Amino acid sequence: MSLTHLQRLEAESIHIFREVVAETSKPVLLYSIGKDSAVMLQLARKAFYPAPLPFPLLHVDTTWKFRDMYALRDQVAALPGIQLLVYQNPDAKRRGINPFDHGSLHTDLWKTEGLKQALDQYGFDAAFGGARRDEEASRAKERIFSFRAANHRWDPKRQRPELWRIYNARKARGESIRVFPLSNWTELDVWQYIHLEKIPIVPLYMAAPRPTVRRDGLLLMVDDERFPLKAGETPELRSIRFRTLGCYPLTGAVESTATTVPEIIREMLLTTTSERQGRAIDRDQPASMEKKKQEGYF
Amino acid sequence: MSPPGSYQASALAASDIDAYLEAHQHKSLLRFITCGSVDDGKSTLIGRLLYDSKMIFEDQLAALEADSARIGTQGKNLDFALLVDGLAAEREQGITIDVAYRFFATEKRKFIVADTPGHEQYTRNMVTGASTAELAVILVDARLGVLTQTRRHSYLVHLLGIRNIVLAVNKLDLVNYDEARFNAIVGEYREFADRIGIGEFTAIPISGLQGDNITSRSERTPWYRGPTLIEHLETVPLATDADQARPFRMAVQWVNRPNQQFRGYAGLIAAGRIHPGDAVRVLPAGTTTTISRIVTMDGEPAEAVAGQSVTLCFTTDVDCSRGCVISAAADPPESADQFEATVVWMADEEMLPGRTYWLKLGTQTVTAQVQAPKYQVNVNTLEHLAARTLELNAIGVANISTDQPLVFEPYELSRDLGGFILIDKLSNATVAAGLLHFALRRAGNIHWQQLDVTRELHAKLKNQKPAVLWFTGLSGAGKSTIANLVEKQLARMNRHTFLLDGDNVRHGLNRDLGFSDADRVENIRRVGEVAKMMTDAGLIVITAFISPFRAERAMVRQMIAPGEFFEIHIDTTLAAAEARDVKGLYKKARAGQLKNFTGIDSPYEAPTAPEIRIDTSKLTPEQAAELIVSALIS
Repeated sequence: MSLTHLQRLEAESIHIFREVVAETSKPVLLYSIGKDSAVMLQLARKAFYPAPLPFPLLHVDTTWKFRDMYALRDQVAALPGIQLLVYQNPDAKRRGINPFDHGSLHTDLWKTEGLKQALDQYGFDAAFGGARRDEEASRAKERIFSFRAANHRWDPKRQRPELWRIYNARKARGESIRVFPLSNWTELDVWQYIHLEKIPIVPLYMAAPRPTVRRDGLLLMVDDERFPLKAGETPELRSIRFRTLGCYPLTGAVESTATTVPEIIREMLLTTTSERQGRAIDRDQPASMEKKKQEGYF
Repeated sequence: MSPPGSYQASALAASDIDAYLEAHQHKSLLRFITCGSVDDGKSTLIGRLLYDSKMIFEDQLAALEADSARIGTQGKNLDFALLVDGLAAEREQGITIDVAYRFFATEKRKFIVADTPGHEQYTRNMVTGASTAELAVILVDARLGVLTQTRRHSYLVHLLGIRNIVLAVNKLDLVNYDEARFNAIVGEYREFADRIGIGEFTAIPISGLQGDNITSRSERTPWYRGPTLIEHLETVPLATDADQARPFRMAVQWVNRPNQQFRGYAGLIAAGRIHPGDAVRVLPAGTTTTISRIVTMDGEPAEAVAGQSVTLCFTTDVDCSRGCVISAAADPPESADQFEATVVWMADEEMLPGRTYWLKLGTQTVTAQVQAPKYQVNVNTLEHLAARTLELNAIGVANISTDQPLVFEPYELSRDLGGFILIDKLSNATVAAGLLHFALRRAGNIHWQQLDVTRELHAKLKNQKPAVLWFTGLSGAGKSTIANLVEKQLARMNRHTFLLDGDNVRHGLNRDLGFSDADRVENIRRVGEVAKMMTDAGLIVITAFISPFRAERAMVRQMIAPGEFFEIHIDTTLAAAEARDVKGLYKKARAGQLKNFTGIDSPYEAPTAPEIRIDTSKLTPEQAAELIVSALIS
């Protein structure tokens, strides 16, 4: 019996989860509520079944996620054997940092700083993230185990070669690792797996009529009354869905009629733009993902 | 140029998504590596594979078109190389790129391509990329034929166990699709392949630039009857399928024990197949038991095979933990603690024979020492060269000994049980990759002789507790002076002692050693072994060696019985030691007449937590000796 590519990807990811749990003292799964997090969670549960997850989920919250995302998060948190930690950077909260007024500072403070603070506060020495090598050209070279110095800084010169299925998880006190179990998955693999395994995802991935405005070439959804409309803007009902989910309004929607996972996959196969295109974050400046990573963002 | 939407896969997706998903679900996976330099057209080939299988979206395509027009080398045509050469800027920033992984899929298979860019660090990068690949595409420029680097690439992928080799004779358009030229290159490669033990290989005439024989058969090579590159990649038998036919092996990663009722052993099956009721042997203990259940979140299957991650339960309670290997009861792998191995050095700091490293093989982690290499391989000429150590990107064959038996199989049989990494104990960096070849018979044949007069009896006769007083510090710190005073005082107290002095030992036991880092490590290892024997004889051993490296002092500490090792740091500033310069050595070192002198051009790593620290600016040698003796006696 020849294993399918999804079976082999699943086995590899499970193997990675188990190595980290066996070799680090306090791991955590960074749960961002998106489809990649959903797949990671499913794989993690499989890795340790029938035992409950041997680590908590951590949601580094920006308070600016879509309402549907919070709803799914709370549903997941209620599952038996799941412990969910939510962290909000108190500094960002105090200063009222938001994506409408503060631009990239919003991501810096809520996400990058928030993540570092949360990891330090709880003393996590390994954090699972959902990044994939196919997401962006510069990620193609990423290790599965990514080492961070005591101040969370990613030092390109100290990354370790990864051979066979052997991962070196040794580190000094204060150092930590980010681990990417989905490194070898593609966007299509993720959707295929969600379809096969019937994994619950945020409904925003599926098309529905939603109030939107078009701004700076992005199609933005007006999710709640916090969305400041510019002069002359009136929300228009369009059938839209999201290919990636982040903070609104940093995430742009696409017009679509795909209401099931197979329809999403079909649309994806026929579509002609890459997944990250809808994210404002990548377009701030050239090589911005690379820079954000050095600062500690995923 | 056809728009991305026109591919077959997409056509099926458009008309019948369920049929498409059904087909996609049953694709297999092939991981392969591409070898060649930029000049061989490697980037162009990979770019074309991604493009032809619709792994490039419109926004990326727009960027590619813009870049092709701006900096491309192909006139009005798309420069596919730009798709994968995007990492150049990062290289300029000093970001090391070991391997870049690319993904594409066809109707039949999904592919993961390991692409190792650049010439620098080539050995290290290729070995890393090849370790997870089961096929290698070796690119040759049809104009240039088999080059030194072709031989180097072939040697490395063969060494790493890749048995599917594709010789892609590229740029055929530049030799007018000449059959004779193709045949000459294949003949030349055949000769070389025979020499290094490559049996079969598949030669394909291609043009990455023009697309000849990549996805579709070229009309310009009517003389070629073999498969296109993609056809070959889609149909080559998978090594992972062959693994299922071998005897069962699974390294235990983690023991799953949520409650008293359940105990399962989690791991990824390296070889074979397993069913409830199968008899298994748990190594290294060798205990036998029977599989009761195969547990997964998707139910309890009647069979699991190589490549799957599962949790196994036994019918009986046996001792089994992380690092154990569950194997077919009738056909278990060997255990040993001495091996011959090929070692690929991957760190800037050279290998130090005799130093202890962590060795990680599968889920087993042990302490290991690498002996001085038997030889180093020149990867360009394949000559064997004499070597005392291995530097970055060097490949050598050496004996390795471990402090505990390892369950293993020769690398040629099993990557999972034969491939290992070495980890530096201080920096935690991965410093080497290794391939185990065979166990040295010595390990099995030399048994520890049980003696009736035990170390306890030796100590009792002398009415003392054996100990090692290990003095460490800069040259001229006063180690020998204080050590001498300590021994005199202990002798007056009727204690049986022996002082091993650095200079004296180098006149005899260690006179074959110099002062390179590698020799310093061996110097300390031998002294450690002698000190250990002397404690077995019941003696209090006093040693006075600079012993500049933490790792070696830690190694000796591990050799000596717990509680018997006292690290004594004679702590002097470099300025004070140099001012004293009893033997005139600092003067010589400063003048460049003495190389590798500790404190000058060789580092001293001060102990972080010594049992005793003597500050020579505060204590006289007599006071220091007093303090050490009282610490020992109490």
